[in-house]
Amino acid sequence: MSGMTTGSGSGGGDLGEGRGGGPAEQGPETVSIGTSADEQIARARGRRLPAWFIILWRDAKCRVGMIMVASFALIAVLAPVIAPFDPKESVGAGNLMPGQDGFLLGTTDRGEDVFSQLLIGAQTSMLVGVVAGVISSIIGLIIGLVAGYRQGWVDDILSFLINLGLVVPTLPLMVTLASYSPVRGVWLIIFVISVTGWAYGARIKRSQVLTLRTRDFVEAARLAGDGTWRIITREIMPNMSSLIVVGFMGAALGAIGGEAGLSFLGLGDPQTVSWGAMLNQASTGSALLIGQWGWVVAPGLALALLITSFTLINFGVDALSNPHLREKAPRPATRRKAAKEATA
Amino acid sequence: MAYFLRKLAFFVLTLWAAVTLNFLIPRLQPGDPAEAILRRLGGDQGPSTVDPAQLEAIRTMLGISGENIVVQYGQYIASIFRGEFGVSYTYFPYSVTDVIGDAMLWTLVLVGVTTIFSFIVGTLLGTWAAYRRGTRVDGVLTLGSTFLGTLPYFWIALLLIYVFAFQLQWFPEGGGYSSTVPGLGGEFLVDAFQHAVLPAVSLLITGPIGWILAMRNNMVQSLGEDFSRLAVARGLSERRIAISYGARIAILPSVTGFALALGGLFGGTVLVEQVFNYPGLGRLLVEAVGNRDYPLLQALFLMTTTGILLANLLADVAYGILDPRVRREVSA
Repeated sequence: MSGMTTGSGSGGGDLGEGRGGGPAEQGPETVSIGTSADEQIARARGRRLPAWFIILWRDAKCRVGMIMVASFALIAVLAPVIAPFDPKESVGAGNLMPGQDGFLLGTTDRGEDVFSQLLIGAQTSMLVGVVAGVISSIIGLIIGLVAGYRQGWVDDILSFLINLGLVVPTLPLMVTLASYSPVRGVWLIIFVISVTGWAYGARIKRSQVLTLRTRDFVEAARLAGDGTWRIITREIMPNMSSLIVVGFMGAALGAIGGEAGLSFLGLGDPQTVSWGAMLNQASTGSALLIGQWGWVVAPGLALALLITSFTLINFGVDALSNPHLREKAPRPATRRKAAKEATA
Repeated sequence: MAYFLRKLAFFVLTLWAAVTLNFLIPRLQPGDPAEAILRRLGGDQGPSTVDPAQLEAIRTMLGISGENIVVQYGQYIASIFRGEFGVSYTYFPYSVTDVIGDAMLWTLVLVGVTTIFSFIVGTLLGTWAAYRRGTRVDGVLTLGSTFLGTLPYFWIALLLIYVFAFQLQWFPEGGGYSSTVPGLGGEFLVDAFQHAVLPAVSLLITGPIGWILAMRNNMVQSLGEDFSRLAVARGLSERRIAISYGARIAILPSVTGFALALGGLFGGTVLVEQVFNYPGLGRLLVEAVGNRDYPLLQALFLMTTTGILLANLLADVAYGILDPRVRREVSA
């Protein structure tokens, strides 16, 4: 959390952080016997995207999650077209209740349409979630791969950086970075979240690489004279794909929560409409006093639904790579254990 | 022994890195604290009305009078060792130490109590869910916590204020106490308690979730390990296996997490304190940031980070003692 996660900042994002010297470090003990089903899944996942997708699609939770995320993405893209009003324009009387004068979710104290703000706000959350999620998982992936694969001082320095990133409290750091910047904007938020959110993923990926680097197929590639980069990209990374997906989902979740938290604290871009900023304005405006529930309930519920949909997809990916988390009887340890341990 | 020395070395190095980061971040950003303080003292008149002589006087007083950054760094480190953090710009003329001291008790009581409670409840529920894995209890607990965990907790806090403070008027909508002068009388304690109820509830709704899921997943995993299978083969009772084999191993990472959560207390909970206008460390942090209150900000940061680092060190040591396998591992 992760995360704002955060101190105990952004809900789920931060919970990961609290697990400190946890089980991810015990990776090297992993037994490397795979059941045939897992081998199949691993092969399908590693080489062919369609098979990978079909396996995820078969998982009910994952399917619901994917449909929800797709709907949010669609809303975000179409928002300018389907929003009935300009979200920052005063189009009606202030503080109308939901349904009054034809405003579906009422208006803000400045007479802006809450429903239009809600639709446009999806853009901000999706953008921050996806972009900051991608950036911080790439940083985490590179640092984790290099730290895990190289040994000696490179690993020592990178591990130190990872541990530093894990222990420095995220939300206070984000608040400080965001508040001292001369320009406020979505891209600043994305930058701040990316540079504060990569450490947990890096740590997990490092321990996974530690378990993979001594496997026979890596050893064989090394003996065959393959270069470090080729071994990392061709031999090691394909075996980490589920971990990378889970890592991205986690980072995106943390980013969405982080953006909401920062905007709620009033540290976002005042020009950008986002769900966090809506909650901030509802809190400082008179929404609670006069009972304009649409203004308070809608953005929070939208945030919760978006986070839920990412979590549901994560469940599917998780269960795919981790037999223990499937809803059947527990099975013996498999080669995927390290991945599961890391995300458990 | 090498394990513990490594952990100690890491602690010292990280602390140094955090102190340096702490020193650098505010200084890397533009903005003049002396100007900010003048503007705030004289109302919001804008920079054009700031008197240069006055500005210089305040700079001298704050100890940021144009010296180069290396000298400032040296002075900063030295003052930390003396335990001096300077005067808060926001609460001028009070010292940072006084301001933090006042806020700390509020955070320690509110967040301390809710954290301990969340850990106990969450760990017990997680154990239960893992013991009954695959049943309805497990499903309800796992899905329920996943759903609750997706709700932004500052939003839950807003809804609580809306329902219980404005609609029902059972509790005050914010602040730590109603009287202007906090005392230690019974009346004040009752008042402070009433103010703490809503923030505490909002923390308790989402608090146990992380512990439930962590404990459940760790325990399901440890129940699948060879030693648990051996216990099954020995014919031990299911309950005994769950407690002595599953839970005992599974709780170790949670204990580490708990130590970190307690260490993190010193950072306060920024969002909840902000929503409820609660006079703790988290709100202080937001205030310090808003007023470019470097001394206060730095002291808060240092406290937060030291708290977490110390907790991390203690957790690592405890882990090394409880689980000898960890000590043998080469990687940090």
